[in-house]
Amino acid sequence: MQSWRNSTGGIIDRSRHLSFTFDGKRLSGHPGDTLASALLANGIHLVGRSFKYHRPRGIVGSGVEEPNALVRLGKGGSVEPNARATTTELFDGLVASSQNRWPSLAFDVGALNSVASGLIPAGFYYKTFMWPAKAWTFYERFIRRAAGLGQAPEEPDPDVYEKRYAHCDVLVVGAGPAGLQAARAAARSGARVIVADEQAVPGGSLLGEHVTLDGVAGQEWPDSVRAELESMSDVTLLTRTTVVGYYNHNFLVAVERVTDHLPAGESALPRQRLWKIRARHVVLATGAIERPLVFPGNDLPGVMLASAVRAFANRWGVRCGARAVVFTNNDSAYRSAIDAADCGIHVTTIVDCRAAPRGRLVEEAHSRGIDMMAGSAIAGVEGRKRVRGVAISSLDESAPAALRKECDLVMMSGGWNPTVHLASQSGTRLAWDESLATFVPGDAATHQTSAGAAAGTFGLVECLRSGALAGTEAAARTGFDGEAPAVPEVEGDTGDGALDLEAFWHRPASPRDGKAFHDLQNDVTTADVALATRENYVSVEHFKRYTTTGMGTDQGKTSGVNGLAILASLRGEAIPAVGHTTYRPFYTPVTIGALAGIETNGDLYDPVRKTPMHTWHEKNGAHFEDVGQWKRPYCYPRAGETVDEAVQRETLAARTSIGILDASTLGKIDIQGADAAEFLDRIYTNMFSTLKVGRCRYGLMCRDDGMVFDDGVTARIAENRFLMSTTTGGASTVLNWLEEWLQTEWTDLEVYCTSVTTHWAAIAVAGPKSRALVSELTRADLSAEAFPFMAWRDADIAGIAGRIFRISFSGETGFELHVPASYGLALWRNLMTAGEKYGITAYGTEAMHVLRAEKGFIIAGQDTDGTTTPHDLGMSWIVSKKKKDFLGMRGLSRPDTLREDRKQLVGLLADDSAVVIPEGAHVSPQPAARPPVPMEGWVSSSYMSPNCGRSIALALVRRGHDRIGEEVAIPLENGIVRARIVKPVFFDEEGARLRG
Amino acid sequence: MKYSLWNLLRQAPRGHRDWPQAWRNPEPKESYDVIIIGAGGHGLATAYYLAKEHGITRTAVLEKGWLGGGNTGRNTTIVRSNYLWDESAHLYEHSLRLFETLSQDLNFNVMFSPRGVINLAHNEHDLKELRRRGHACRLNGIDYEMVTPREIKEIAPIINISRSIRYPVLGGAMQRRAGNARHDAVAWGLARRADEFGVDIIQNCEVTGIDVRDGRVTGVQTTRGAIRANRIGAVPAGHASVVASMAGLRLPVESHTLQAMVTEPVKPVIDTVIMSNTVHVYISQSDKGELVLGAGIDGYNSYSQKGGINVIEHQLEGLCELYPIVSRLKIMRAWGGIVDIAPDASPIISKTPVEGFYINCGWGTGGFKATPGSGWVFAHTIAQDRPHRLNEAFSLGRFESGLLIDEHGAAAVAH
Amino acid sequence: MMLIPCPWCGDRLDAEFTCGGEAHIVRPDPATASDAEWADYLFMRKNPKGVHHERWFHAHGCRRWFHITRDTVNHRILAVYAITDSAPEAAG
Repeated sequence: MQSWRNSTGGIIDRSRHLSFTFDGKRLSGHPGDTLASALLANGIHLVGRSFKYHRPRGIVGSGVEEPNALVRLGKGGSVEPNARATTTELFDGLVASSQNRWPSLAFDVGALNSVASGLIPAGFYYKTFMWPAKAWTFYERFIRRAAGLGQAPEEPDPDVYEKRYAHCDVLVVGAGPAGLQAARAAARSGARVIVADEQAVPGGSLLGEHVTLDGVAGQEWPDSVRAELESMSDVTLLTRTTVVGYYNHNFLVAVERVTDHLPAGESALPRQRLWKIRARHVVLATGAIERPLVFPGNDLPGVMLASAVRAFANRWGVRCGARAVVFTNNDSAYRSAIDAADCGIHVTTIVDCRAAPRGRLVEEAHSRGIDMMAGSAIAGVEGRKRVRGVAISSLDESAPAALRKECDLVMMSGGWNPTVHLASQSGTRLAWDESLATFVPGDAATHQTSAGAAAGTFGLVECLRSGALAGTEAAARTGFDGEAPAVPEVEGDTGDGALDLEAFWHRPASPRDGKAFHDLQNDVTTADVALATRENYVSVEHFKRYTTTGMGTDQGKTSGVNGLAILASLRGEAIPAVGHTTYRPFYTPVTIGALAGIETNGDLYDPVRKTPMHTWHEKNGAHFEDVGQWKRPYCYPRAGETVDEAVQRETLAARTSIGILDASTLGKIDIQGADAAEFLDRIYTNMFSTLKVGRCRYGLMCRDDGMVFDDGVTARIAENRFLMSTTTGGASTVLNWLEEWLQTEWTDLEVYCTSVTTHWAAIAVAGPKSRALVSELTRADLSAEAFPFMAWRDADIAGIAGRIFRISFSGETGFELHVPASYGLALWRNLMTAGEKYGITAYGTEAMHVLRAEKGFIIAGQDTDGTTTPHDLGMSWIVSKKKKDFLGMRGLSRPDTLREDRKQLVGLLADDSAVVIPEGAHVSPQPAARPPVPMEGWVSSSYMSPNCGRSIALALVRRGHDRIGEEVAIPLENGIVRARIVKPVFFDEEGARLRG
Repeated sequence: MKYSLWNLLRQAPRGHRDWPQAWRNPEPKESYDVIIIGAGGHGLATAYYLAKEHGITRTAVLEKGWLGGGNTGRNTTIVRSNYLWDESAHLYEHSLRLFETLSQDLNFNVMFSPRGVINLAHNEHDLKELRRRGHACRLNGIDYEMVTPREIKEIAPIINISRSIRYPVLGGAMQRRAGNARHDAVAWGLARRADEFGVDIIQNCEVTGIDVRDGRVTGVQTTRGAIRANRIGAVPAGHASVVASMAGLRLPVESHTLQAMVTEPVKPVIDTVIMSNTVHVYISQSDKGELVLGAGIDGYNSYSQKGGINVIEHQLEGLCELYPIVSRLKIMRAWGGIVDIAPDASPIISKTPVEGFYINCGWGTGGFKATPGSGWVFAHTIAQDRPHRLNEAFSLGRFESGLLIDEHGAAAVAH
Repeated sequence: MMLIPCPWCGDRLDAEFTCGGEAHIVRPDPATASDAEWADYLFMRKNPKGVHHERWFHAHGCRRWFHITRDTVNHRILAVYAITDSAPEAAG
């Protein structure tokens, strides 16, 4: 039974019924309803409990400003906590429940807080819970449980989200009367226009007006504009789309709620869509929000914004009460009172704090039999879960005591706040408007115009005119000239003319009168402001943070100006002197899923890079590891084999028969140009200009402070052409590094760098039988004499034109085969088949690490940490003494890099050869000391080496190069490991295998 | 009046009429023994410890805006000390210990809550880095333990430890003594106690010039007139370069915007702080119920508190990947702070070539946790005109000698 | 979210670029530079609040470096010029 719904009026479809539940109770509404209008139509005002005191709270507003009516929507994974009932479109089967109450909304144990409210003023928690020390965590547990509003979902989100970019000449934010006129003006001039409005249909405030425009009903006029806009190809009208953020250079972010208004599962479209719009000019036609008044008891269900009561009446045909008292300081509430009365609410009294309100509206209200009490204010509200009456007293102190009026609805209006959030976000300063007693946008900080109520222009005709001008101007600024569209002929009460507002912020009251709230959602009262003032939390930011004013989900839409005004009055200063806090994104809270988009879903989060041989690795049981974006086989465990066992087997195979490694992920950069050799001489610490065509050389790269950052082998392909290899993770960093030096410092060099990493598949074949195997596949002479270590050549490999490099990271006799990426898998398979007779074994990154550690070859990023020089690594041989300059050269001769007690790379052999010293463990001269234990180095690489038959480790140890043979101690959690410092090479020190 | 439950009880029936000002609004005097530039947490702590530890109370703290209004009031309130290098570990550990008793010290509940901080590893390299840091922490006497994905899941049930996500959780490291504190309370509590010692905290007083004569400081010019002092400590967070340039100095720092955000408040879903470098996410839940999320820094020099939305989007992609249930929660507010970052991601707490001028800056993305420790060592540096053992290594001179304290591993994600 | 005027590609979203920091830092001659001069070159920055001449790299575009003069407070772009050009005087 929608007993509070009128049989006519509003723009809802009474022919259809939508069934929904609130706290399990089955109710009904109509298409066109919001959850709030439907609840009110069913006579439900009490919808939640307040944050701190758990006071009963009802619906206050009719749109985004709503501070109280936050409910939980949906079920299971589709739950949305803290949804505003006033902006939630009703659909059939909607499930809503109240929040922050236990066990029920009507009986909430948390309301005990209200009883103890004297003990818990603003900031009480800063003053107590300090004894005994460390007890805070005990108290905190209870505070945490009591705080919070709704409950988060417990299951993953079943919905998807998407994003898109858009560009336009003119973006119009808001499709109320001003916005529609602006859009029309800009569109007619030929500009590309996007109009975004948060509601389901365009029209804004017009949807709640009883007027005609050019003879068309106000509630239908927006449709005619919509039709015109939609007929133009360069215009996009977005409804259910809230512009939430205003970023640099006119980049705005909007959220479109695509299917939130539909029952779950009814549409295959995404739930929400994030729009990122770059606009050449922005028209902000975002309207205004009515301000509540602050008086004792103003939080009781039934106390509502006058404009909201009017909107519920006119747009939804709902009576918010039977008997209303109006409390105002300006003329606009009279319009609300008149429309409320016309809707069937018995408006008994208008309490006006102005001494002598006069004018047409006053007379009209009077003619409807509404009592007037000028120079008065509401001094208190009666009732427990709903307003039952108000006490009214004269503002004249000498006047007699309060007068009582019975009512179930209080309609309040403290004036209007233009919605300046986006303007402020963009950097536009706000200016205080004394006659409106509020902030309006000052000079625009960017290509932006505020129009209509957002600019402080109230009244329908003025808004229509202001919008048309703004749209014309915006188009002209982007190069499209047109005439401003005519302002429609409006009949009816347009609300034009001055508000005739007289600021009324609060009245000093004693605690006995009850709490007067300026921030309903965060339960902040005038007493809290007084306390903050007394304690000198008087800068606006201190005030905001100390009292938590404006820090709720409504972000202060109704509390901001009132809070400032009360603070100013208590400070004895003018409001503009107090200033205001900065508006931050977002205008309304934005779903995390919408901001994350589809990229939340596994592989779409970050691209997965796979080598051409990936499918083979997968089929052969590879255990993968992530290296940057690449998937690389860590090892290939066989049935019944552990990861460690697999690594040992693979490591051994590479030195006894043949190991084969997918090396395709190594970065490859093709470097060409007349000055390529000179360029590499400057980039690497060693010389490359002396490298012969057909040969390769290992190089080390330093930053200009002398610290190692990447390494790799570079081959000279031709006189002016090199192929550089980099570490897997360093590929793009190195390419950017090369470009930076070429383009910004050495602009005289003629060099071109191209990434060819994914052009080539690379396969390392290593081990004593590798030459035999590769020779089977090519006619090239691979003998040590014809093709020595560090040579490379073009070759036909198994019928594929590629390159063979005589290089080896494993220290074995080895060949690296490069073929075009698309042939990689074919060659790999070919090698596996041909190698079967030799016992060919695929090995992964970990076996590669063990093999290179056996040889003492470093891994940049593992055996270096950004504080390691080539000298520290014992690689002084690679630092040219002949070159006049190279990157890092000067850095290596600074006082600290020259010191002899630096940490230097050495080998470590644990006394117990079965013990693998943990990587990352530290060497200490006093291992048994009490913390802090002195440290003199750390273990960078450590493995069980099957080829050495024992554990081996690499470490960076202070003065390590001078300490070969010395015993050191490594204190671990469960004891001290002793080890001997050795040269960092454990296998084939002479390199016979490498060169053989 | 002492802050206590007893006094709260006594004030309840009196409508809390008798609580005094937390701090005064003094007019600047002509001269002071010490001037501190910047009334953020670090500056206030410096003034507090100058008074408490060194008996220097003729101090002015000059603040161009409102106290605690810079990065102190804009961070994600994480306090921890699990750093890799000895120098950092000792400094942050000292700070953590000061935090442990700060509420009692200040008689102001700063709500230090050792709820534990977990750093996640998503690949073999991460694991190695965490283990190395763990070994160092253990030897430095800092609590630190490696935790398995299953243990992490028990501590924070909302985390996704499935192996099938893009960057699965391979493990983590936890410091149980680490946690959060209430950022504003730290600034307010320090201000109140410093004020009690007689320190003048002067808000809305912007330093516009630093007077240097014969290589030493003699005072400052401000929007509220000239003030003399022979010792000036600058702690201007993101504006370090601006202030230093007034004394003719250039610094090895660059200022960037660092963003953070909070969701709408919900009932408790996570009790620990969890950070991840690889997925670039960190999360905790405030006592009010908001999820507090840190984003990365914008890549260009900036003195504006507005960053790019792309940084936030990227952050939230990772968040949904690791914590799928957050997808339907809503971001209520996003904001930015201006952080100054040094090349080695470590701070500078140092004397300068100008005699009597001391600088404390370069805290980058992680200064909040150091608040009391930083003030403590900076007070020592100013009072004794030489650094304390704990901040010796954090000198300006390290950039010339090359002895950097490279903490990029520890600071890859803002914290 | 700035719109960066790439001299080759036109106006593009800032996310396509990498900012290379302060422009016009001269790399001293390593043979003669003192430790202090080298430290100055490596690390010391003007980091001004206001007009900043800086280097940008269109990393996800044409991959060219160029100069921009930008206000670090309001992010207005005051000039765009070639990497080999010196800072325009009018822009500060």
